Amino acid sequence: MPEGYFGQYFTIAIFIVAGVVLVLGTFALAKLLSPFQPHTEKLTTYESGIDPIGTGWSQANVRYYIFALLFVIFDVEAIFLFPWAVVFERLGTQAFVEMVIFIGILTLALLYAIKKKVLEWL
Amino acid sequence: MPEFIQNFELTAWWILAIKLIVVLTVVPVGALAGGYALHKVMAHLQHRLGPMYAGGFHGWAQTLADGIKFVLKEDIIPEKADKPVFKYAPAIIFIPILLLYLVIPVDRRLIVQDLDVGLFYLLAVSSIPAIGILMAGWSSANKYALIGALRSAAQLIAYELPIVLSAATVAMLAGTLSVVGIVEAQDWPFLFWPPGIGLIAFIIFFAGSVAEMNLPPFDMPVAESEIITGAFTEYSGMRFIFGYFFAETAHMIAFSGLAVTFFLGGYRPIVPWEPLTVIPGIVWFMLKLFVMVFLYLWVRPTFPRLREDQLQKFAWKGLIPGSLGLILVAGAWILYAPEWLWH
Repeated sequence: MPEGYFGQYFTIAIFIVAGVVLVLGTFALAKLLSPFQPHTEKLTTYESGIDPIGTGWSQANVRYYIFALLFVIFDVEAIFLFPWAVVFERLGTQAFVEMVIFIGILTLALLYAIKKKVLEWL
Repeated sequence: MPEFIQNFELTAWWILAIKLIVVLTVVPVGALAGGYALHKVMAHLQHRLGPMYAGGFHGWAQTLADGIKFVLKEDIIPEKADKPVFKYAPAIIFIPILLLYLVIPVDRRLIVQDLDVGLFYLLAVSSIPAIGILMAGWSSANKYALIGALRSAAQLIAYELPIVLSAATVAMLAGTLSVVGIVEAQDWPFLFWPPGIGLIAFIIFFAGSVAEMNLPPFDMPVAESEIITGAFTEYSGMRFIFGYFFAETAHMIAFSGLAVTFFLGGYRPIVPWEPLTVIPGIVWFMLKLFVMVFLYLWVRPTFPRLREDQLQKFAWKGLIPGSLGLILVAGAWILYAPEWLWH
């Protein structure tokens, strides 16, 4: 069994395999035990009992495109935040001021987005 | 005595095997018990009795019977669906939830794997199920499912950040990303001390986790009165269980465990009072876990469902600026609060 740094993740890898086995095993068990009598009506798409019109892969209005962009920005910020969060107590005021500036710039961007009304879900 | 037992040696492989058996038992059994708690707590909060017949005593076997029923149900895969994706999306939802359990410390030495970056791992793994939900919704080729999946994605985008930022506050207060380290740093649970900071971080984390699990009042993605069960409209049998029912309760218990670890002091006594340390850590952990699960269940029938625009507004204009500010307040507290206050 691997030791050290990769040893930690070896356990996780084993559990991923175990999870796959658990889920697929249960699916296989269900397949053995459950009935299987498909017919056309049963296999049609369920839309509250009305025959579906067109395809289910219809165009959807992606309202949250700007939300998604902002999310990416803030999520990347979080990556910088965590190493800082662990060590900033040792680095003291300088590191703290730097983070204030960093978060300040991002907050400014968020305020700009709010002012531009792109965060309105209409 | 048989030779096998005489020569038995507890190697790392045996320990791993025991961990596997325990986790693969605890998670499904916990999900079943959580499902029963869901039925019962919600029923009593709404002045109903809930299940009373299955198993005899207060319907204790209700979810077990449900589980057996679902194994025996026909697995219907719609003709128009993208079949491989449709079939295995529930696995993508359930397996990451299983992985969440690995780094939650139930007692000081009782943890499957204490990672150096446990907090980071938890945040990374807990956002994977949303991809599974998106896969399930898209592959169903059903309009309701598509709407549900897109709503779910929008919700993840909005509520992932408050969770991450409040967890960053916890990392700052503890000065480590190791989950055991976080618990050890809580002489007082972060919920009580530092005053206000931990409490607000807990509230933000709680709201974010309710939204991330699609539980009411943030259950727009599965709003049954509008879009049936959203992404799981076309699912039946075991695939429905793993994608939706099991995932919901197992996720709820896992997030309760996280909240206990981050904010309620994990396996340590709720207040640092010497006689309380007599009670074993596992008992403390379970007690706190029950309280947290009850809190999640309590919220469900209490608040009405939010509209999509209200939901986004609450996240982007309330929780995210709030949690950013909280990080700065926590930083200032750690650096400049007088020493006698902090320890």
